[in-house]
Amino acid sequence: MTKFEIIDHTADVGLVVYGSTRKEVFINAAIGMFSLIVDPGKVSGTQQLEITLDADDYEELLVAWLNELLYLFDAENFIFSQFEISRLNSDSLTAIAYGEKIDLSRHEIKTQIKAATYHQLKLKTEDEGFSAQIILDV
Amino acid sequence: MASYWKNALRKIDNCRWELKPDYKPGMRVPGLLYTDESMLEQIGDDQSPEQVANVAFLPGIVGKSMAMPDIHWGYGFPIGGVAATRVSDGVISPGGVGFDINCGVRLLRTNLTEADIKPRIEQIITRLFTDIPSGIGSEGRIKLKSNQINGVLRNGAKWAVEEGYGEKDDLELTEDGGCLKWADPEQVSERAKKRAIPQLGTLGSGNHFLEIQIVDEIYHPAAAKAFGVEETGQVLILIHTGSRGFGYQVCDDYLKTMGKAIKKYGIELPDRQLACAPVKSPEGEAYLAAMGCAANYAWANRQCITHWTRQTFADIFGQSPQELGLRMIYDVAHNIAKIEEHEVEGKKLSVCVHRKGATRAFPAGHPAVPARYRKVGQPVLIPGDMGRCSYVAVGTETAMKETFGSTCHGAGRVKSRSAAKRELSSAEVASELKEKGITFKVASKSSLVEEASQAYKDVSDVVRVADEAGISRKVLKARPIGVIKG
Repeated sequence: MTKFEIIDHTADVGLVVYGSTRKEVFINAAIGMFSLIVDPGKVSGTQQLEITLDADDYEELLVAWLNELLYLFDAENFIFSQFEISRLNSDSLTAIAYGEKIDLSRHEIKTQIKAATYHQLKLKTEDEGFSAQIILDV
Repeated sequence: MASYWKNALRKIDNCRWELKPDYKPGMRVPGLLYTDESMLEQIGDDQSPEQVANVAFLPGIVGKSMAMPDIHWGYGFPIGGVAATRVSDGVISPGGVGFDINCGVRLLRTNLTEADIKPRIEQIITRLFTDIPSGIGSEGRIKLKSNQINGVLRNGAKWAVEEGYGEKDDLELTEDGGCLKWADPEQVSERAKKRAIPQLGTLGSGNHFLEIQIVDEIYHPAAAKAFGVEETGQVLILIHTGSRGFGYQVCDDYLKTMGKAIKKYGIELPDRQLACAPVKSPEGEAYLAAMGCAANYAWANRQCITHWTRQTFADIFGQSPQELGLRMIYDVAHNIAKIEEHEVEGKKLSVCVHRKGATRAFPAGHPAVPARYRKVGQPVLIPGDMGRCSYVAVGTETAMKETFGSTCHGAGRVKSRSAAKRELSSAEVASELKEKGITFKVASKSSLVEEASQAYKDVSDVVRVADEAGISRKVLKARPIGVIKG
């Protein structure tokens, strides 16, 4: 099953993400977003960070999740390659992100993503699971 | 798709197209696009006209939901979007400003000519690339203490000048003196401040840059002279950056606040990214105060970069910045919301003007225009892509009457970043720039491709339409000879 597709957006970048569960959609969205930033094959998962978030609904939680990871990237220079979500319901999430600090001698940063937006945000139930569309501001 | 938009649009004249108010039920006012036939084709299947319609839903919107000639698909507002809402009962929307609050441009003039600079351009670009931190993970040269950040957020460029980064004159030549007085650091999260501290004095990445330019053509000699440009061949320096991670965090924090506010105030919108609150509400006032901090941070950022640029030039030429005539022409914001007085239906009205990828363009005689430019009008700085050219224009009475004193801000993208990457290689873009005689240093190869000329509309078309529509008047054109990018 395809984890994610990149869709064309004139100024920014869009992602369409798939998963058999909502947890999988959240994980694949994070994988898709970081694949735009850096080659995931070059990121080792030696450090782990626990993330806990609250929001009003799944869509807001998805944006909050991606923006939390972007915060860790921009403010603390973390890049991630793997994610585990231990708890996800409509108003909260607990997860672990595996990654390392950027080392510019090994990591080429491809795109700086400013934020995940709510524009045309859709989290849908499909025949075989879920999908989500997210526009990222770059 | 272009024809689809054409059916929804009514041609008013060669530069104005109305999006009818019955296009989408819920629009409170019509839309107005400043564009021409050929640029309308370029909009293609881009969804920016739909975004113009969405903005028309905002409670309290007055006049029209407008798009400047560089309109393209953004999130929430289109890029190139201008909307004014009544302060008394209208809303303010963080989506009408964007994540990069007070992203903007600053232009410096010099006494140098192309002949002075050409033999040293490699050296200048290499030095600037070292002296001005850019790219991902770069930290500023300023080691701010955590108790100093509130001063930056409250006072903006004024803080930087008081700390020795620049001259008092710079403040007079910056929109709003480089400081929005309503900024209140109390309304900013600790997390946002944490992001602010290490990044002050950095260029960032993406479309941000510093460019050395040569004046190519002068269209309005009187205005050019007032701005300190006497002749073609003169060297200018253009700085394009914003409020960095701090601005993104402020926007993100307040999108959450506004998501709750729309439920509280019963506001219905077609796009969640447009979430808003009444200007006169605790949420609206808090956002305005926090956005002011981000605007001030961006002005302080451009001020510090200006200072280092002057130092680099002084070192290389062995003359002081004063001897080199390294004086500011102006500094404009192009992602901002401001409380301004405008005439609406014959009456003076206090409005909140959202400019998202649009530049303020006040006319001659306006009190907000620096005294030395008051006879000609406010300088409008319009950067193009790195392979073509940039423009300086001047604000007009027509802009004041029609667009709440606003005009275009740049070229506007036509090609997505992924399409640019599919179709071009960094080697191709690099060799094209070299052929044009442009020296460059970039922190990331992909930003070279993403920002290639082919990904943008020709800024000359954008500026021509703005000029023909009368919302700004062309003053001069400059072409790049050196670029640093993140």
